[in-house]
Amino acid sequence: MIDYGMGNLHSVASALEHVGASKVTVSHEPKAIAEADRVVFPGVGGIRDCMAAIRSLGCDQLLDDVLSRAGKPVLAICVGMQALMTRSDENEGIACLNRVPGEVRYFGDAHCDEAGTRLKVPHMGWNSVVPAMDHPLWRGIEAGERFYFVHSYHVVPADHGVVAGTFDYGFTGCAALARDNLFATQFHPEKSHRAGLTLLKNFLSWDGTCS
Amino acid sequence: MALAKRIIPCLDVDQGRVVKGVNFVGIRDAGDPVEIARRYNEAGADEVTFLDITASHEGRDTTVHTVEQIAREVFIPLTVGGGIRALSDIRTMLNAGADKVSINTAAIHNPDLVREAAARFGSQCIVVAIDVKRVSAEGEPPRYELFTHGGRKPTGIEAVEWAVKMAAYGAGEILLTSMDRDGTRDGFELTITRAITDAVDIPVIASGGVGSLQHLADGVTLGGADAVLAASIFHFGEYTVGEAKAFMASEGITMRL
Repeated sequence: MIDYGMGNLHSVASALEHVGASKVTVSHEPKAIAEADRVVFPGVGGIRDCMAAIRSLGCDQLLDDVLSRAGKPVLAICVGMQALMTRSDENEGIACLNRVPGEVRYFGDAHCDEAGTRLKVPHMGWNSVVPAMDHPLWRGIEAGERFYFVHSYHVVPADHGVVAGTFDYGFTGCAALARDNLFATQFHPEKSHRAGLTLLKNFLSWDGTCS
Repeated sequence: MALAKRIIPCLDVDQGRVVKGVNFVGIRDAGDPVEIARRYNEAGADEVTFLDITASHEGRDTTVHTVEQIAREVFIPLTVGGGIRALSDIRTMLNAGADKVSINTAAIHNPDLVREAAARFGSQCIVVAIDVKRVSAEGEPPRYELFTHGGRKPTGIEAVEWAVKMAAYGAGEILLTSMDRDGTRDGFELTITRAITDAVDIPVIASGGVGSLQHLADGVTLGGADAVLAASIFHFGEYTVGEAKAFMASEGITMRL
């Protein structure tokens, strides 16, 4: 797990151990990341502080290295997913890593559903996720299973083809994306009980390909 | 599809032991918060709230240890409240594995703590707990004010205004407890619940007074709450979380079943 000093990583580590990870190392040391069989890029907090920490610790370079290694599975979670995009609306606009072209947009202050009912922001709680592609990480997870979300900004990839799953909250949003050896979730699998633990277990046996 | 409404069992914990009693069938240690939290996790609870009522400073180390243990085994969101007075308390609890921290009295004494905490840790993990009592007489327009010290000490602060202010300061969620109803089993105080859910854009958790499954449903359908918190009806095994969810779903409420 790439640790760039933003928040508690125990939850993700505990959940991975719970579903059978033999050893979880939390580190930002290039050697530890390079030697890992699979890499988790978590994230919590504001994007400005996250990006500053990622850059100052050289985690952007680390990510480039692991993402370019075919067959090395990478799982990005929440702000970790957002940090991979081109830029975010948060904190008056922040340039992100641009590893997945696209924007991170605010839900809006007057966010409503189609019927005009006001929707609260942050989007916090259990929402249904519908897979948008066949992917090994969705194995054993039914369409419409609920995962735990907590976010005020959402990812809009430039290439819709990378969207791996969607949620509905006034519009259809990107709940997960996948490309090559990367899988990224807006929701928190480590807090999503059965469905989330299934996804993490799938991650542990994933070979890092999208088929 | 919409967000599911949440059911949140609450554990009151004193020096690492659950108080108010728990009476699950087959539970080994009814006072062990870790075992009880694990039970609720397995039973399908949407979150767990851990309310630390330990008075002594020394006892708080026990709390941190308990939170660490719960976080290791519970894979749903965990909120920790009670005795949170400073940014350092929040950091300690988040590092121990809490997903959210609930601030109550300290927000009244120092509202800027909420602003600073939201800026530092993000609104998503800052819950402001509001304990209210109705202060208007029968026949008068309803007015509710904040009380501290378990409902004994008035503050003169009007509840709806306070909720709006806390939301503006960056609170990510409001935990609203009616001290008039707490422990009565008469149901949530729906008037103030509705007033606050209508006034703020952040989620509101209704608390205090649940005695039946209908009360849980009413908190959502009549009170407008996003989540319902209860202790005794679950602790004493009267109803399971699953039964509560099934009932609420039968009332037309979106639940995670």
